[in-house]
Amino acid sequence: MKNIVIIGNGIAGITAARHIRKRSDHHITVISSETEHFFSRTALMYIYMGHMNFENTKPYEDWFWKKNRIELLKAHVEHVKTTDKTITLSTGATLGYDILIIATGSKSNKFGWSGQDLKGVQGLYSFQDLEEMEANTKDVKRAVIVGGGLIGVEMAEMLLSRKIEVTFLVRENSFWSNVLPRQEAELISKHLQVHHVDLKTSAELEKILPDDNGKVKGVITKNGEQIDCQFVGLTVGVSPNIDFLKDSDIEIKRGVLVNEFLETNIPDVYAIGDCVERTYELPGRRNIEQVWYTGRMMGEVVAQSICDTKTKYEPGPWFNSAKFFDIEYQTYGNVGNELKPNEEEFYWEHQGGKKAIHFVWDKNSKQFLGVNVFGIRLRHEKFDAWLREKRSIEFVLHNLSSANFDPEFFDRYENEIVSDFEKKVLAIKSAVV
Amino acid sequence: MRSLRSIGLFLFLFSFFLFLGLFFMSEYTLTEEIFKSKVKVEHQESLQPAMAELFDQTYNTSYAFVNAVSGVIDQVNAEFRQAQQWDKVIYDDYVASLTKASTTGMVVDHTTLLFFLVFGIGLIGALLFILPKAKLEPAGIKNNGIFHDALNSRGWIGILIGTVLIGFYIMIYFYDAYIMNWIILVAPLKHWIYPQGESSQWFLYGFLYTFAVLVMGGRMIVKYRHSKYQIFRTISVMFFQLAFAFLIPEIMVRLNQPYFDFKNMWPLDYDFFDAWHINMLTSGGGLGIFMFAWGITLFVVGVPVFVYFFGKRWYCSWVCGCGGLAETAGDPFRHLSDKSVKAWKVERWLIHAVLVFAVIMTVGVLYNFITGTSTIFGLDTYTYLRKPYGFMIGSIFSGVVGTGFYPLMGNRVWCRFGCPLAAYLGFIQRFKSRFRITTNGGQCISCGNCSTYCEMGIDVRWYAQRGQNIIRSSCVGCGVCSSVCPRGVLNLEVKDEKGRFGQPVLLGNNHISLPEIKAVN
Repeated sequence: MKNIVIIGNGIAGITAARHIRKRSDHHITVISSETEHFFSRTALMYIYMGHMNFENTKPYEDWFWKKNRIELLKAHVEHVKTTDKTITLSTGATLGYDILIIATGSKSNKFGWSGQDLKGVQGLYSFQDLEEMEANTKDVKRAVIVGGGLIGVEMAEMLLSRKIEVTFLVRENSFWSNVLPRQEAELISKHLQVHHVDLKTSAELEKILPDDNGKVKGVITKNGEQIDCQFVGLTVGVSPNIDFLKDSDIEIKRGVLVNEFLETNIPDVYAIGDCVERTYELPGRRNIEQVWYTGRMMGEVVAQSICDTKTKYEPGPWFNSAKFFDIEYQTYGNVGNELKPNEEEFYWEHQGGKKAIHFVWDKNSKQFLGVNVFGIRLRHEKFDAWLREKRSIEFVLHNLSSANFDPEFFDRYENEIVSDFEKKVLAIKSAVV
Repeated sequence: MRSLRSIGLFLFLFSFFLFLGLFFMSEYTLTEEIFKSKVKVEHQESLQPAMAELFDQTYNTSYAFVNAVSGVIDQVNAEFRQAQQWDKVIYDDYVASLTKASTTGMVVDHTTLLFFLVFGIGLIGALLFILPKAKLEPAGIKNNGIFHDALNSRGWIGILIGTVLIGFYIMIYFYDAYIMNWIILVAPLKHWIYPQGESSQWFLYGFLYTFAVLVMGGRMIVKYRHSKYQIFRTISVMFFQLAFAFLIPEIMVRLNQPYFDFKNMWPLDYDFFDAWHINMLTSGGGLGIFMFAWGITLFVVGVPVFVYFFGKRWYCSWVCGCGGLAETAGDPFRHLSDKSVKAWKVERWLIHAVLVFAVIMTVGVLYNFITGTSTIFGLDTYTYLRKPYGFMIGSIFSGVVGTGFYPLMGNRVWCRFGCPLAAYLGFIQRFKSRFRITTNGGQCISCGNCSTYCEMGIDVRWYAQRGQNIIRSSCVGCGVCSSVCPRGVLNLEVKDEKGRFGQPVLLGNNHISLPEIKAVN
């Protein structure tokens, strides 16, 4: 029986702990200074908006941990000393381990703006951030959000639910356009405006202005525009939360460096989830993947490696999902923000502007490469299989209705999509031939 | 638009408080004339001496009047009992009829006007409050502020409404004479539907129930206007409540046929096999016998067949009256259900115990009916089975607790913990049905919206986050878990039974053999 210590009780660390318990009798300790129990980070916004309370965001009841002999320790880890396999807590206490799993997640980026540490200026990642946001947004009339990504749009939705006006500064010329193709980025941008988000594209933050009490009173953009506000949300991405490893022997760059077995350079030390930087390439995936699903998959892999057989982290086809106000988004495979030279695309948008689907395939082989879908639910299982089987775009379209996951009685669009595809794509083909 | 909503709220509150205020707005004067017209001749002699003291005295509250009248009757009965004159003891319930006839004042004088002030203005106010929402914000899940609201999250408004509801149910079931003003208030409608009929607490209850289902059904449709599943389902429960539960039985009576709710069935309809009910139906001519056969066919054939093809939702969240109220008026409280494993354990014990109780009670009652006896194993069936069931389950559990506790324990307390029909439907749903809630590959993010908004207290997320089909006997198929899911993970599906109890599958990794799956391979 080994003594396994996991730093971080997010989805990665907790998945590892649960799967190690399923597979073994090892002694498991999970350390976190954020909250006593595991909660769903993705649900933080719903607490603020009053859809749920904190208890509702806990995927397991509090008795679960004791019953499954997973020891929880609310403490902050200051140092890791791999030479004698110990960690030091902020209380000064030390703890030994046989196997260490680092799953410390991310922290919000700040890019050295003037005024970024003022009161009323913050990111949104942790439970503490949520508490801070609750305090910071009392009696706030207008807020400015900097950075057009997923957390930014969540923050906008949160603030608007409290009747706080939102100005959204996006550096690119439409929302999340470093990930979404132009068509989708525009669709979402329009939807944000329907929700009265004051979306300012091609707008960059210059500095944040203080009032006499050290609180934020406004921002100035690079164009010289001044926007008065009492709250600034900095949502310009996150980066691995690994400062406490700087003086350890564990190799880090932007994240904790790991090989395909999620091993660090030090034996018996693993890293999983947001805080990881892979040293090897995986097609269609970034080396730092700050996604819920990655954390979960890595947790499963590391548990299997530790308890049974050494296993590589080899995720299947990429998938992700999000929700932008009322519009649900799913993606399977790879749809880049710009078409690659070998790729062709087909985009369909419903006239209401709340549903769209975007296919990408290989020009020569016709192999289906990926899909973005908005306002329609698609079956993961089907698309996972089609991507693995390298199905053609025609196959995917002809079988599209079998992948529909919308509730009963919902309007169906497969016929419209397919006939539109035939009109736009096949017609061009036959004209060329 | 916003000011329309404020006006609507104001009008609704006006009518609501007017309704509550009417409780106090009558005077009660018993006269000899009323006494003679309402009390049977054989009882007049024994009651008159004591009752005469009340004649022409005016009481300001129903409470004082009812106590005075029932005090007299109790006293007379007590004297008979003491003198062992058992045959003279009066069992007729004169309190309600005397109270109704003795009521004077504005409620009696302006009944129709007040009816429109309360329900007409109430309806207009409610609609003005509800409908503009469709214009004010884009369609989609809008649960903003529910956990901060004093009405929705067991705050002071919720506790107050719960108290009013509980009080109302207790009076409906046990003290109808106290709420005579309200019974009189709905009398014009009763006379319109059935001119010879007398308004009673049950007519009042049926009307308020239907009013609540229709108005709050409108709210439900506006709230979920982006989901055709929710719209169709809500229209269905509104229709069944209005037509099947409220109007058709009244019309049946007007046509001289037995009072019958065609969608209600045993064991929820626990007096279906009572001797008086069977006699009423079987002596009611061809239609009565059809009703009797229909009622039996519904639970013997209808339940298994429909549950097999659609799940128990065909009844619980599309047809049933209790479900109808829960899905409309109860929707603002659906998140208050307890999701803990402990609550699930209590649920299984309690609901199946009620089912067993219902079956034993019915067997006893039927045995008596067939054999013409009144006891079973030497015990009086009415005293030991039928009466306790009616009181504890029929009144307290399904009414007082089932609805009165909406703002405190959620909108499905009865359906989840008590309804014997739900238990029966649940058995079939669990063991022999094509229905299940499926999860979408690996897309779950464990956010908890599904579990939070499950009115039956099912921890939906527990299944979703491990990629497992949700097959639970209690699931009423309301579809709200699927509606509130931000990642498109949950779907109510009817498919081949094969693979229904599939092992958990989370898509994502290659080369991962989850321990659960290994066990199967």
